[in-house]
Amino acid sequence: MDGAMLPDAKIRTESGTESGPRGPGCSLRHFACEQNLLSRPDGSASFLQGDTSVLAGVYGPAEVKVSKEIFNKATLEVILRPKIGLPGVAEKSRERLIRNTCEAVVLGTLHPRTSITVVLQVVSDAGSLLACCLNAACMALVDAGVPMRALFCGVTCALNSDGTLVLDPTAKQEKEARAILTFALDSVERKLLMSTTKGLYSDAEVPVWRWGEGQIPPGCEVLLGPCKVEGEPLPYVPSVCKRHFQT
Amino acid sequence: MAEAVGVVAESLAGDRARAARTVLDQVVLPGEELLLPEQEDAEGPGGAGERPLRLNAGSRSRGRVVCGPGLRRYGDRLLVTKCGRLRHKEPGGGSGGGVYWVDSQQKRYVPVKGDHVIGIVTAKSGDIFKVDVGGSEPASLSYLAFEGATKRNRPNVQVGDLIYGQFVVANKDMEPEMVCIDSCGRASGMGVIGQDGLLFKVTLGLIRKLLAPDCEILQELGKLYPLEIVFGMNGRIWVKAKTIQQTLILANILEACEHMTANQRKQIFSRLAES
Repeated sequence: MDGAMLPDAKIRTESGTESGPRGPGCSLRHFACEQNLLSRPDGSASFLQGDTSVLAGVYGPAEVKVSKEIFNKATLEVILRPKIGLPGVAEKSRERLIRNTCEAVVLGTLHPRTSITVVLQVVSDAGSLLACCLNAACMALVDAGVPMRALFCGVTCALNSDGTLVLDPTAKQEKEARAILTFALDSVERKLLMSTTKGLYSDAEVPVWRWGEGQIPPGCEVLLGPCKVEGEPLPYVPSVCKRHFQT
Repeated sequence: MAEAVGVVAESLAGDRARAARTVLDQVVLPGEELLLPEQEDAEGPGGAGERPLRLNAGSRSRGRVVCGPGLRRYGDRLLVTKCGRLRHKEPGGGSGGGVYWVDSQQKRYVPVKGDHVIGIVTAKSGDIFKVDVGGSEPASLSYLAFEGATKRNRPNVQVGDLIYGQFVVANKDMEPEMVCIDSCGRASGMGVIGQDGLLFKVTLGLIRKLLAPDCEILQELGKLYPLEIVFGMNGRIWVKAKTIQQTLILANILEACEHMTANQRKQIFSRLAES
């Protein structure tokens, strides 16, 4: 166990120092977040990644229907609402992925027989929608004060036909890509929580197996930033800090 | 094996675990690990080599550390589970330890034993009332848990009444239970809240701020208008002044207090006192 785990830490620190010179695709679009912008939900956040924007509301720990009650942990529910029309199969599939990711970090056992509901409203979709949903859900959960084991972030990569990786692709880049991969990573162990892929790719092109063991995709450190920066205001949660430093 | 695991945790945590003392009153995030003062000597920046020798190293008087809301024990460290500012309270003796907790801005209330809350009676069934306190399930309140209540002499409580009470049972596995008497059987301010007045909801952080011993807001309000006020730890405030207008002004001030500095507040109070 010792031998298997220790090299990862090395790889991680190496990738941290190497992150300076990045390829053209290895950067994220401008992202921003606002928390506590809705009055009715217990926690809310809106997350922007480039022109993609998602609004999230969290209710909980609240009353739960008897049919959905789980006796030893909280019932986690994720509802994803598209910009127009009714939710379809694609939304249901994404809901499932987001729900499983949240379940991995939320400490549901601290609030048994309650429900935690995350409602995500797509405001605009300009690529990397699932990643943006994951980020919005995380920030809303933080705002609601739901106990969590770690923070998580979502990131989408597009694999072009020439084998180059583009992080946080726009809708146009997504359309041209050979494969689209979305990952959720947690902030403590920096490991993969969820991955979903679409299209053709080989293991050699996208070393997902290495990300699963602590190395994160190059360029994503900024999303997991908060735990690396010591004593500095944390870039990932600007509004939280602002609010807390004001009072 | 246990040692190997320890090493791995150390190398992974490496740059992350910070001493709890250095991040006091700073924002902490879920997943952060905090070192307690005792471990700082052993594992902290100083390192084991520079530790001064102590005569009574074996029998070091370790203060008892209590984990408050937002923190969990993880081995001999503290693990943060909520986002907010880290707070610390020294114990009476002042020899290390004490209470650590995270001050977060939440809106949803989770019942805590001993908290005074404002509830709304939602149902009467047999010998208990169901009271909505804003938690995940309604609290139960026995009709005998009022001052002077007996089996024959029932308290006059109707559905829709406001109740100011205290939790005697509140844990994650059981239905919360309220009473309106203290341990001596006295009401001591608790019971049904009168007919008029205004009930409104604020964040839990604001309630804690208003109830803090060094908070001047309440004294300043009292100088403005004569008022009756009840704070529930579940984020509910009931307020009543002489006229409806004054009541509304008070409610608006209290809601606005959350993000105001002392100076801004003084300006508003002086402006109101003039008008």
